[in-house]
Amino acid sequence: MSNTLLRVRDLHHWFGGLHVIDGVRFSCEQRLVTAVIGPNGAGKTTLFNLVAGNLAPVSGTISFDGRDIQGLPSFEVSAMGISRTFQATRLFPRMTVLENVMVGRHRKSRAGFLQDMGGALFNSREEHRMREACMDILENLGIASLAGQQALDLPFGRQRLVELARALAAEPRLLLLDEPACGLNPRETEEMAFQIAKLASLDITTLIVEHDMSLVMGISDHIVVLSFGSVIAEGTPREVQSNEEVVAVYLGADNV
Amino acid sequence: MGGAQFFQYFLSGVATGSIYAIVGIGFNIIYNATGMINFAQGEFLMLGGMMAISLQTFLPLPLAITAAVAATGLLGVAMQIVFLSWLRKPDVLRMIIITIGLSILIREAALHVWDEKVHALAFWTGDETSSLAVLGARLSPQLLWVLVISGLMVAGLTLFFRFTLTGKAMRACASNGTAARLCGIKAPRLVTLSFFIAAAMGALAGCVVSPITQTQYDMGMSLAVKGFTCAVLGGLGNVGAAVAAGILVGVLESASIAVLPLAYKDVVALTIMLAILLVRPQGLFAGIGRKSGPLGQAHGGA
Amino acid sequence: MRAYARELPLLLLAGLVVGAQVSLSALKVDFYLTQLTMAAWYSLVALGLCLLMGYAGQVSMGQAGFFAIGGYTAAVISTTGMSSWLSIPAGVFVTAAVSFLVGIPVLRLKGHYLAMATLAFGFIVSRIIVGMAIFGQADGISDVPPYPLIAGLAITGKRPQRVENFYLAWGVVIVGLMLALNLVRSRTGRALRAIRGNEEAAAAAGIDVGRYKLAVFVLSAVYAGFAGACLTHFNAGIGPGEAGIMKSVRSVALVAAGGMANLWGTLTVSVVLTFLSLRGAFGLFDDAVFGGILVAIMLFAPDGVFSLLRHGIPSPRGFPRRAKGGR
Repeated sequence: MSNTLLRVRDLHHWFGGLHVIDGVRFSCEQRLVTAVIGPNGAGKTTLFNLVAGNLAPVSGTISFDGRDIQGLPSFEVSAMGISRTFQATRLFPRMTVLENVMVGRHRKSRAGFLQDMGGALFNSREEHRMREACMDILENLGIASLAGQQALDLPFGRQRLVELARALAAEPRLLLLDEPACGLNPRETEEMAFQIAKLASLDITTLIVEHDMSLVMGISDHIVVLSFGSVIAEGTPREVQSNEEVVAVYLGADNV
Repeated sequence: MGGAQFFQYFLSGVATGSIYAIVGIGFNIIYNATGMINFAQGEFLMLGGMMAISLQTFLPLPLAITAAVAATGLLGVAMQIVFLSWLRKPDVLRMIIITIGLSILIREAALHVWDEKVHALAFWTGDETSSLAVLGARLSPQLLWVLVISGLMVAGLTLFFRFTLTGKAMRACASNGTAARLCGIKAPRLVTLSFFIAAAMGALAGCVVSPITQTQYDMGMSLAVKGFTCAVLGGLGNVGAAVAAGILVGVLESASIAVLPLAYKDVVALTIMLAILLVRPQGLFAGIGRKSGPLGQAHGGA
Repeated sequence: MRAYARELPLLLLAGLVVGAQVSLSALKVDFYLTQLTMAAWYSLVALGLCLLMGYAGQVSMGQAGFFAIGGYTAAVISTTGMSSWLSIPAGVFVTAAVSFLVGIPVLRLKGHYLAMATLAFGFIVSRIIVGMAIFGQADGISDVPPYPLIAGLAITGKRPQRVENFYLAWGVVIVGLMLALNLVRSRTGRALRAIRGNEEAAAAAGIDVGRYKLAVFVLSAVYAGFAGACLTHFNAGIGPGEAGIMKSVRSVALVAAGGMANLWGTLTVSVVLTFLSLRGAFGLFDDAVFGGILVAIMLFAPDGVFSLLRHGIPSPRGFPRRAKGGR
């Protein structure tokens, strides 16, 4: 029996006069991969940003593990156990791969300003532990050898994996992936799909926004279809694929 | 305070305010063209005044002013071409630092070319004792010159932007650079033009205000700060609103002498700037924003 | 073994400092020590700004304002017959308090707006100093007594204690540098660099961006205020010029030339240029030199002079040259 980890209810949001999110409701079950799909302009990214705390909805609730999180700033959302990646990778410049991932693990440590100024005397064990944990994550993703390189020097596909590693470093319960396959070639997309599929075994629930149908149909347990800001279909990949409305929306729209 | 005296202070406030507005407009023009704040904006006023002062010794005044304005305009162009044009995609920090550095270089150069003393341009009509009777107050004709020249500059700029092809092209670039370029508009030339306009306008303002407020090598920075106040108060990028903002700042500054010691007059404009940035960063006359706002937010939609 | 590799440069610096003192005294030119002492105090200001600008990415054109607040507080307290030891702690406290109060609203701004706001702050401090009688207006405050420490030792510029003050100043700088180095190499340092790199991503990673910015802003101000207070005792006075925009610009130039996020670079550049400036090497062009440095560095060596030596001049397109095959 699965538990509902994320519940979105009656969500509404406007940009100016545009009703971009129109009464959206869905939920994410624990350890399952839920994908949100839909044609361009359906409101997927806005929905994502609302859940992640980058936007505050005009009305509606988003509850995580029973607690309302809508309107919370993103660092608080993160502290509750939700991590996200960005569609255009936002790795930190002038930092190595390992450092990028260690930032992801920021909230796992408690050292404050003064303690950190004291240096190795005070925080070497913490640092060591953090380093080990982050290297483990990099190894699981197969990119441990890149740890010392400048993150922005890497080819795009690798950067995507680093961004995933950074999100995983926080040991999130819910992982939000914003178009993880964006800009990847078929081989890289397969690798990404493989990594995402492994997440359930780490007790991580995943919410993906994605355009790439092969990825979505291949790894999702549950799909939510958005069109013009409202949910038009929900179900397993097979159910959604055979849903006439979904087909119409896609064939009629200007999307792949 | 009698009505006439009040009117005098008010008008003087409007006059200084319109100079601040000119600086603010200069900020807006360059911001619209390049997305950056040119900290050296105030120096153009100083240069215009200083050059005209030097030239007036052997040229008739109108010629001296015209030459100073043209020369400063060209200097603005030179500054843009030599130092700024070949930077592609620099980060904001770099742009700020470069223009601050340039404003210091200009100011120090002025110190060495001229000197640290206070200078003044000759009054355009009459001298420091002449005055006109306006609505019961006695006003210096120079004050009216300030209002007239500022008004003409703003009017001329508005006509330029609205009715000439080049002006419309500049507005197009400000609104959507990519689309403008796709239409064949040569952005780099317009950027250079915007620097010329901002510099020349500044120089002219510097010339008209010099007889009243005098000109000194280090007047640029405080003018820049006050001009920026006007630009932000009106909404960065909004050329028209800067005028209203300027008048407001000028009048408030002028009125402040009634409550504050004279030494703190400058603080008024600064406080306004801080207040606006922190309370209503999109400006009083918030219209459609451009590029990014003070809190880093991009304007418009998702 | 590896742990001590980090401490090595600091030890070398300490050695260099001792070496400088011994050789200068031996050559009977120990009046250089006075300028090196002042350069040390000023470098503390630059180090603080380096943390704020280089690591956290927050541009501040008001660093001199905090220096002046610390200095003037110390000056007022020590010249008006209050307790003799209160001046420096009070200077630090007032600086910290002001920076905290100013930082809360101002740090919400970014980029140009933050630069202008901090510039305005510096201006306001400067005007208040020149305007109020208690601060000596245009003349500043003079006859500031030495700051007593232990066993007759005091912070003062007087000749008999020249060597002691040299070591005192440099000791403080080394400690300040060490604390800063510890900070940037830690989790907090990474958080600051992340904030400079991409605030949204940093927040998504769980970093309370507002709090960190405020903390480093206050820390950087404290470095400046502390230096201001100590230098005021060393120079037996302070003047309104210390709060001016030019001093703030200098600090920015030093940090930029040092390489932004480069504490050692900032220290080196700061000591060298400040020393030269104090000795009058730039003559009448003092301010122009720092203005010129700003422009030249941003155009030709945006990652600082030391990256220039390592990687050459970056392409005019403004992108740092990617070293072949990753660094």
